[in-house]
Amino acid sequence: MEEFLRLIIGKYNYWIYITLMMIGLYAMIAKNNLVKKIVGMNIFQTAIILFYISTGVKKGATIPIIEHSHDAAHQAVRAADYINPLPHVLMLTAIVVSVATLGVALAVAIKVYHRYLTLEEDEILKQIREP
Amino acid sequence: MKTLGLIIVVLVGAVLVYATVDFPPFGDPASPASLHVSPRYIEKTVEETAVPNAVTSVLADYRGFDTMFETTVIFSAGVACFLLLRVSRRRPPASRQYRHRLTGLTFRVKDGREISLPLRDFEPLDSIWTPHDFIIEKVCRYLIPFIQLFGLYVIAHGHESPGGGFQGGVILGASIILLSVSHNLRTALQRMGEKASALFSPFGVLIYAGTGALCLVLGYNFLDYQALAALLPGGPIMARSHGIFLVEVGVGMAVMGTMVWIFKNLASLGRYDEGL
Repeated sequence: MEEFLRLIIGKYNYWIYITLMMIGLYAMIAKNNLVKKIVGMNIFQTAIILFYISTGVKKGATIPIIEHSHDAAHQAVRAADYINPLPHVLMLTAIVVSVATLGVALAVAIKVYHRYLTLEEDEILKQIREP
Repeated sequence: MKTLGLIIVVLVGAVLVYATVDFPPFGDPASPASLHVSPRYIEKTVEETAVPNAVTSVLADYRGFDTMFETTVIFSAGVACFLLLRVSRRRPPASRQYRHRLTGLTFRVKDGREISLPLRDFEPLDSIWTPHDFIIEKVCRYLIPFIQLFGLYVIAHGHESPGGGFQGGVILGASIILLSVSHNLRTALQRMGEKASALFSPFGVLIYAGTGALCLVLGYNFLDYQALAALLPGGPIMARSHGIFLVEVGVGMAVMGTMVWIFKNLASLGRYDEGL
């Protein structure tokens, strides 16, 4: 029991990202409205970002900006003192790219609305099947 | 469809939970992700690139190719929005209405006659016209220059503090978007036209790729900023720092242009005369 609790508490970041990812995936699959699907896609992307950032955390470490001074002699830098910069780099670009893909998705939704005058998936499918 | 979706989602969640049992606990300094390549980045970044911010040096130097193509992805998204939405020619409306801001007088201009009015005093009345709010307009007018100054600071100071091209570019783009939300789209278009925003994003990508190509011309590998030591003072290590700065400026321009471009296309449905 104690070990199970330690598992739950020690890995809580993963449970949060799994929950967010399931919410986003469900919205993408099951929601009928295209804008809600796009919102689900964004929640999914946020889950991925949370996962990456939380893998970069080290207990007792600080942000990955190396302490430096202009006059002092070169000091040895210990990697354990700074959190992992790599997930931050990957997610930095991913956030901006996700905003750009959100723009494209909304543009496509606008075009779909102009063509079918609705954003509900079942009504669009009905119009496609019986022209 | 809903039950099928729920089953798929629960299955995916179960697989993820099963895989998580083998994952390292939260905040573990010895987790596999922080053992292989990241210690090298942290320990060598000041020594090799003279950039204390490891995120910036990894972004623009060690993983320069990745960032270059991310910038290209953003540019392509802007182009995709433009191609999807932009309406090139549109019939002029039968009549236009203008309202004098101070007196509230409204008058009508008949069938497509072009008159030029000072938009400071007159505002066009569209189908989506909303009354402008004095407080919001004034507050934003004084706030936006400081937001833009902060954006430039974030781009230029990304070497030493949190920041860089992506963040600063988004701040600069948000300032233009704030202008168009608080005033209207026409005011924003007067400050930064469609052509400007559409040229900013490819030009930013060009600066990035051009820096890489310059290194190639000088006899080093693509994006190996040591080559810039032949052109800039400070030796090969400072040249890497300067190269990172050039690249960050390119990224900032690309991101700013694309954000504004996408927003304008979405907000006006590609027509560029109505909307917010």
